Amino acid sequence: MFPFTGALLEVDLGPLMPHYLSEIIAGILLMGVIFLVMWKIVVPAFEKMYEERTNKIEGGMQRAAAAEAKAEAALAEYNDQLNAAREEAARIREDAKNQSAALLAEARDKASKESQRILETGRTQLEAERSQLVHDLRAEVGGMATTLAGKIVGESLDDDARANRTVDRFLAELEAAGQTR
Amino acid sequence: MTLGLLPMETDGGGEYHPPSTDDFLWYSVWPGVLPDWVNKPLIQAIIGALIVIVLWWLASRNLKVKPSKAQFAGEYIYEFVRNGIARDIIHHDFKKYLPYLLGLFSFLLVNNWFGEMFFFMYPTFSNVGYAYGLAILSWLLYVGAGFRKWGFGGFLKKSLVPDGVPFYLLPLVVPLEFLATFITRPITLALRLFANLFAGHLVVLVFVVGGGYLVSQSGNLFYQVSGVVSLAFSIIILCLELFIGALQAYIFTVLTAQYVSSSIAEAH
Repeated sequence: MFPFTGALLEVDLGPLMPHYLSEIIAGILLMGVIFLVMWKIVVPAFEKMYEERTNKIEGGMQRAAAAEAKAEAALAEYNDQLNAAREEAARIREDAKNQSAALLAEARDKASKESQRILETGRTQLEAERSQLVHDLRAEVGGMATTLAGKIVGESLDDDARANRTVDRFLAELEAAGQTR
Repeated sequence: MTLGLLPMETDGGGEYHPPSTDDFLWYSVWPGVLPDWVNKPLIQAIIGALIVIVLWWLASRNLKVKPSKAQFAGEYIYEFVRNGIARDIIHHDFKKYLPYLLGLFSFLLVNNWFGEMFFFMYPTFSNVGYAYGLAILSWLLYVGAGFRKWGFGGFLKKSLVPDGVPFYLLPLVVPLEFLATFITRPITLALRLFANLFAGHLVVLVFVVGGGYLVSQSGNLFYQVSGVVSLAFSIIILCLELFIGALQAYIFTVLTAQYVSSSIAEAH
């Protein structure tokens, strides 16, 4: 109804002059309504959703970090245990080695003592047997020699003193002959 | 109701009326009952606003942390304005201005694309009044933001007296800065939007009306072939207009954000 003519300005603005003043008002009002809807409904809804999303992502990241920390702790504990076990094993091995060495030394000691003892006994026995043998042999050889000599000489050698001297002399000769051989 | 698809001025009568600024003058959609200002652009603006409100309202309902396909599309546009325009230009505090920028971009885009949409075939903002309206709102927003942050004198001093200007140049610089900040900014904002859509629609009209006239009224084979080419070419122009409509919506929004940013920025 009311063409908005250039009443305020002398210049004819042509198409730059709105045909109706209502255009400006309608533009402002409509944009105002849109702004209100955006301000009160749309933007808060989107921002809330973004916040939730961010929280969710951050929450997920935190959970992942916590799980990682837990896994690391478990790994550390496991490593500790493993190290402890290794040390224990090494210690046991060392102990066993020491122990076996001691045992070995002891056994060796014992064995050497035993062998010593056996040797000693053997030697003593041998000595005794030998002296016995020598003694017996001496007597026997003396008797045999006397008998032999008596037979050969044909004379009675009942005189003990003489006989003994003869035998001793004979034996001495025998020993001397044995040593020179 | 005379929501004509295209103002075919050549009503079969033979005489050719070239498209002119008169094609942008609309009268009542229901003559005799409703006043003249209830015209096609007004109806379009209201439908456009309703489309913007309803689509965003639908998009903002039931938002999930894991988006559906439809929500993903909504988020894509939302983030285009939120991150690509508001946050990149205004930086912190951008959320305060986001509702206006988002609404502005959507409203402009829908109305600009009305120029290429069946049934409407007319960009609302080729009526300069609507562009003035939005420019006034943007002006209020960035001037208001400045006054609110720096106080009346503080914002005037910040916007009118640039740092490092020698005092003897101030009489020259201050009026220029005043003109640039408070006068030319909103005017260029409105005119850039209006003129792009006005001219684009006029070009489309020239090709369509002229082509249609050549085909139907000339009675000359060569002219008729030219008319067909002209009509085909108008389709290409329409595609170009789709791009320009989106571009102008983007530019208007970016510049508004830029002005807000320069009003509240710490260092001038």
